[in-house]
Amino acid sequence: MKIFAATAIALLGSTSALAATHTVEAGPDAQERLQTALIEAQPGDTVQIGAGRFELTDGLSLDVDNVTVRGAGSNATILDFSNQMGAGEGLMVTSNDVVLRDFAVEDTKGDGIKSKEADRIVYHNIRVEWTRGPHPDNGAYGIYPVESTHILVDGVTVIGSSDAGIYVGQSDQIVVRNSNVQYNVAGIEIENSHNADVHNNFVTKNTGGILVFDLPNLPQMGGHSTRVFNNLVVDNNTANFAPAGNIVASVPAGMGVMVMANRNVEITQNIMADNATGNVMLVAYSQDYDDENYNPSPRDVRVSGNIHGRAGWAPGFPGGDMLAQAMGGSLPPILWDGNGSGIVVSDDVPVVSLGLTSASQPRGEAQPSLVELHGETEATSQAVTLPDSMEAALR
Amino acid sequence: MTRLLAVLIGWLALVSASAPAPAPVALNLVTGDTLPERLSDFHFFTDSNAQVPNERVTPYTINTQLFSDYAAKQRFVYVPPGLTAAYNPDEAFDFPIGSAFIKSFGYPADFRDPDAEIRLIETRVLLRRAEGWVALPYVWNAEGTDAVLRRGGARLPASWIDESGERQQISYRVPNQNQCKTCHELDDEIALLGPKARNLNDGARMASWVDAGILDRAPADAPRVPVWDDPEDGTLEARARGYLDVNCASNSGLFLTYDEADPVALGILKRPVAAGRGSGGRAFDIAPGDPEDSILLFRMEASDPGIAMPELGRELLHREGIALIHAYIARMGNE
Repeated sequence: MKIFAATAIALLGSTSALAATHTVEAGPDAQERLQTALIEAQPGDTVQIGAGRFELTDGLSLDVDNVTVRGAGSNATILDFSNQMGAGEGLMVTSNDVVLRDFAVEDTKGDGIKSKEADRIVYHNIRVEWTRGPHPDNGAYGIYPVESTHILVDGVTVIGSSDAGIYVGQSDQIVVRNSNVQYNVAGIEIENSHNADVHNNFVTKNTGGILVFDLPNLPQMGGHSTRVFNNLVVDNNTANFAPAGNIVASVPAGMGVMVMANRNVEITQNIMADNATGNVMLVAYSQDYDDENYNPSPRDVRVSGNIHGRAGWAPGFPGGDMLAQAMGGSLPPILWDGNGSGIVVSDDVPVVSLGLTSASQPRGEAQPSLVELHGETEATSQAVTLPDSMEAALR
Repeated sequence: MTRLLAVLIGWLALVSASAPAPAPVALNLVTGDTLPERLSDFHFFTDSNAQVPNERVTPYTINTQLFSDYAAKQRFVYVPPGLTAAYNPDEAFDFPIGSAFIKSFGYPADFRDPDAEIRLIETRVLLRRAEGWVALPYVWNAEGTDAVLRRGGARLPASWIDESGERQQISYRVPNQNQCKTCHELDDEIALLGPKARNLNDGARMASWVDAGILDRAPADAPRVPVWDDPEDGTLEARARGYLDVNCASNSGLFLTYDEADPVALGILKRPVAAGRGSGGRAFDIAPGDPEDSILLFRMEASDPGIAMPELGRELLHREGIALIHAYIARMGNE
């Protein structure tokens, strides 16, 4: 009889005639009940997590394609990892076509939610938070999709990451929108990725707001084609609390949008204000590297149509205060280190160039001057389009 | 009369010999598509507490094993009658459909007592089915009479007296079914780790597998990893490399397999990329001659789950393993 039932379910599953819902409520043994549901789910199924606080001791994982994990709301269903004993992230996804929505992950020892080689993943109305606020022992990344194609992060909140709140790495076709990132070292970071739209986000109280980076010695390099638009990037002045030995540990506090070693980047129609180092910083990767396929300079970057508020009154990088003095007490809102090509700025604010001529040249040798960067650029606009199934998952 | 008695005795002997003949291993459950609820369903053992293996279920050990919070491990391999695994010098042997590996974890009450019974906590089963290997975790009941499938994993208290006479107590983590893949993975499929020529080869074991009809051949020139804690068995470097091969190669971001020749792949003078606070502010994965500046050792010495490596199956520090790797790194560049 049992075998018959299993066969019947398998038949139904194969024709998608009936998707099952596995409901998990808060209470004793939540760890095992929730993890078992995530293992037993079949493609097409939903794991419905009830309202309440789920006390978890170990990271969860999902390795089944086409599963929706859904809570009762990002303040109603709380996966609480404050007593986490086992390693790693709160939730790890390693399958395709997964939708995560309407729940919170709190106080993980490692990353909040990670998805790896998980194509067409949707994160919607999720909150990831370290409730003690900024602390170097907080987990590194809040929302962490990596090595994937087609990623949608929509309407999430991340607070307190010791690296990046929303970090997308080594991926392609990415949308990060309508999200709220606060008190992270980096609010949103797009790293070694291709084709990303970062828009309509509220980015505040981080060390650095939005970072578009490319780093050497990674399987996917040559980051290009990111559009950062319609974001509110204000008051990102939290002291850098990243642990040492980490690339974002070098991000100066007071940074709005920072582009490092990337190609074809647009920063348009954002409101950027009250960032003490600067609203926009365009720089080369200045550390040593041993990778002949890596280009450390920013190329083809267009900055236009942005509204700038106060910026640059307390630059957070070494030598920044002297530089500010030389510029009359404050840096202009936009800073370029002088490296790279195709940098075009049409915003109605001054731009300072450090006048560096190579990526490895020490910033102490800067020859700062105000520059006009009008002109032509190869930077081109192209919206990221995601498969319909991903947008449909939000409805 | 005497003759009648002889017949009677013969008949009695026949009855007593045939009555308790154990059922063979349930090959249909190994190859089938169900997930048996109880470990006993497989008939891998003829007793109730997994100590007496059934026919064609062979106990074995390996040269250098994964550290799992000092748990004692019992390993068994099963290959269906009439079939053998195909030898491979580098990778795990190719086992035929219907094969199974059974690995039990537990603790004796006192490690100073060599004859102490092992209290079993969990038994992990790897089944070779047509579609590939399937990993299932079974957790023992309190009476120690059977183990039940727990796909979602479990945590159980474990305690013992260690070799120095100290009481140890941990929350023992039985991994969930997804976590098996964290280490047992090759090209997105579940893969064997232990049964490789280099880790089985002790000069006699593979030949005994051939004799038992488990393995097709055992070449005399098979590679070999030394026993990690036996200085008589290999150089410091060979034992350290063997230890890293077994404990770290699956999931470190480095390439720590025993025969890797590229120093940077091994972590020597390699800078961290995304280690976060896992780097401990140290500059290199392995800084030759400088264990205190090597991230690899920092993570072996960490208990914080956001830093500690390996990420699974280790809550306690492996003091003897740390000492080995410390010595290995310290000696580098100072030979």
